[in-house]
Amino acid sequence: MTTMTIAKAINEGLRATLAGNPKSLLMGEDIGPLGGVYRVTDGLIGEFGPDRVVDTPLAESGIIGTAIGLALRGYSPVCEIQFDGFVFPGFNQITTQLAKMHARSNGNLTVPVVVRIPYGGGIGSVEHHSESPEALFAHTAGLRIITPSNPHDAYWMIQQAVECADPVIIFEPKRRYWLKGEVDVESPGPSADPFKAHVLREGTDATIVAYGPLVPVALAAANAAEEDGRSVEVIDLRSISPLDFDTVTASVQKTGRLIVAHEAPTFGGIGGEIAARVSERAFHSLEAPVIRVGGFHMPYPVAKVEEDYLPDIDRILEALDRALSY
Amino acid sequence: MGTHLPSTEFDGTAVDDQREADAEAVMGEPPAQMVQLLGPDGTLAADPVYSEYANRLTPEDLRGLYADMASIRRFDIEATALQRQGQLALWVPLTGQEAAQIGSGRASQPQDYIFPTYREHGVALTRNVDLAELLRQFRGVSNGGWNPKDTNFHLYTLVLAAQTLHAVGYAMGIQRDQKSAAQAAKEPDAAVIAYFGDGASSEGDVHESMVFASSYNAPVVFFCQNNHWAISVPTNVQTRVPLSNRAKGYGFPGIRVDGNDVIAVHAVTEWALEHARQGKGPVLIEAFTYRVGAHTTADDPTKYRHSAEEDAWRAKDPLLRLEKYLRAEDLADDAFFAKVKADGDDLAAYVRRTTHDLETPDIRSAFANTYAEAHPLVAEELAWFEEYSSGFAGEEELDAENAGPAAKAGH
Ligand SMILES: Cc1ncc(C[n+]2csc(CCOP(=O)(O)OP(=O)(O)O)c2C)c(N)n1
Ligand SMILES: [Mg+2]
Repeated sequence: MTTMTIAKAINEGLRATLAGNPKSLLMGEDIGPLGGVYRVTDGLIGEFGPDRVVDTPLAESGIIGTAIGLALRGYSPVCEIQFDGFVFPGFNQITTQLAKMHARSNGNLTVPVVVRIPYGGGIGSVEHHSESPEALFAHTAGLRIITPSNPHDAYWMIQQAVECADPVIIFEPKRRYWLKGEVDVESPGPSADPFKAHVLREGTDATIVAYGPLVPVALAAANAAEEDGRSVEVIDLRSISPLDFDTVTASVQKTGRLIVAHEAPTFGGIGGEIAARVSERAFHSLEAPVIRVGGFHMPYPVAKVEEDYLPDIDRILEALDRALSY
Repeated sequence: MGTHLPSTEFDGTAVDDQREADAEAVMGEPPAQMVQLLGPDGTLAADPVYSEYANRLTPEDLRGLYADMASIRRFDIEATALQRQGQLALWVPLTGQEAAQIGSGRASQPQDYIFPTYREHGVALTRNVDLAELLRQFRGVSNGGWNPKDTNFHLYTLVLAAQTLHAVGYAMGIQRDQKSAAQAAKEPDAAVIAYFGDGASSEGDVHESMVFASSYNAPVVFFCQNNHWAISVPTNVQTRVPLSNRAKGYGFPGIRVDGNDVIAVHAVTEWALEHARQGKGPVLIEAFTYRVGAHTTADDPTKYRHSAEEDAWRAKDPLLRLEKYLRAEDLADDAFFAKVKADGDDLAAYVRRTTHDLETPDIRSAFANTYAEAHPLVAEELAWFEEYSSGFAGEEELDAENAGPAAKAGH
């Protein structure tokens, strides 16, 4: 076990990938000598050279599109998108090309491209630097979408994403890049399957589902609820597509109440999909409606008011109270 | 006289004359000159650079180029007919562009990799794609009827210009392969061709692909077929300078070639591919040609252009001029042309026969091919679908009995 931050864990995961898989390479803006704006690729160009750690022209469609071409030639590119709000110039390539290549080739071609996107708010930044666009990608068949909440998962998920034959988008919780935790670099242990949810904390009165940056918030809310005598189960979703409905459903069958929390706006978000599936699968177990805690239906607000936008412990506890009032 | 003609001398259309004049005003110099070896009258001219390449073509090669162009034109007619008869949902005709496609495709080597748009049936022929398989997409039974790994001819890409970036990425992969000693030893140098149209040239992906190609000196040839139209919009809405001139801005050679001159297209493409394979970087070729037919079988060109323009271009027909040359030089006789015609009819018959037999896939294959690895949501929805459709099992047999074998295909 080693203690490291999420940023360092991804850095180490990428290092292990580059060392172990000669066909892997990194592409992105400022990922070379600078090591990326968040230093996630720090030092890698020195170790692996500019053919494996590629500072690209400043063009997101170009990054994804050429990564697809490299994948068709047998390479495993890992693309860094500098910030969530800047993935959109590459959205066309991701949704019309990357997601569909395997299907439209009748299974003859695979394009194992990984796209890393730092996402979410809470860093007091200017516009386009704090968004959570995961639902826009989750709606697209052909993509897999995962998001680590802790260093151990971050270390293993990046490597598992590269090994996956399908395109994988990793949403990295940027405000947690400096969160420290234990990483077992010898074995993924319970994190062997990146597409499975984890029950982080057992409980009997209600379930909170969260992912990425809100996982620590959900845990803190559950701890606070415990002081009031409430036993709350917390699930870290880990994978957004596919979504591990078995784990979520099993938990709801036990607790009867479900709160889903994410930073992304609730309307059309992942929480709505979870609520719908749970109502189909566990209708008779539900003691209360599924309650969503999320961002509002507005462009991500200015930094000075983002505290009012982002779900926090109190917002989750308020939702918990509502769920328990039924 | 040199053979690099300003396209105005070649092209009688007012649109082109105006565009060339505009371009000169914008650039302060005459526009790019067009490479032409075989003129519309069937005479072969000399060129200081490209004659060397043209001279590599043996009489057998020249007859082959003619036969290929005739085959693909015959195929085009047949596919159009199949669409009219309801056998295809849509057809995208290539008539008029045979020289641009056969000339460039035949200049490629097996190890090269080709990224077409959706009209490159002629290039497909040169890559040995089964032309009946090519019709799958237009019959609505596949989004890509062939395995690109068999022919190094990628699937058609319908999102304009998206494939130009794939081409550059693929070329970046070739560069890396060549650096790894083990691979370089066993494989010949390869290059990539990215096809796109004059309309697609306005897409941002073309710009990004040229920036990437230039920055990394990637072995890619950008092959733009300027067929003068993007559905109903003429090329002068896409550009005020000859498209080949754009290469200058990226720092690599741009060549405008007479796209109805198969010998010049072959020579220029061969030069460009050699240039790329030798590590000298990308090249842009603008093949100056014309879409003689409709954009697709759903289009009506009478709404946006005069038939006189089509007639002017028919006079520059790529097949006619090669036939004139072959006959004048005694390289082919009546028997040859009769054989080409008979072969074309055989191809048409083959395509007609096999199109009827193209299998409608089972939607289960769409479930199977969405992801390469197991996916629980896909599995769940498939299981639901199986259960749901099993409820209709009896009815379906009844339907099939009533309607005959054709009704068995789908759910
Ligand atoms: C991104 C995108 N926008 C619009 C279309 C619809 N569309 C299909 S073909 C076409 C014209 C393309 O013209 P050009 O690039 O000159 O190729 P040509 O059809 O002449 O071969 C258009 C607008 C498309 N396929 N993709
Ligand atoms: Mg066009």
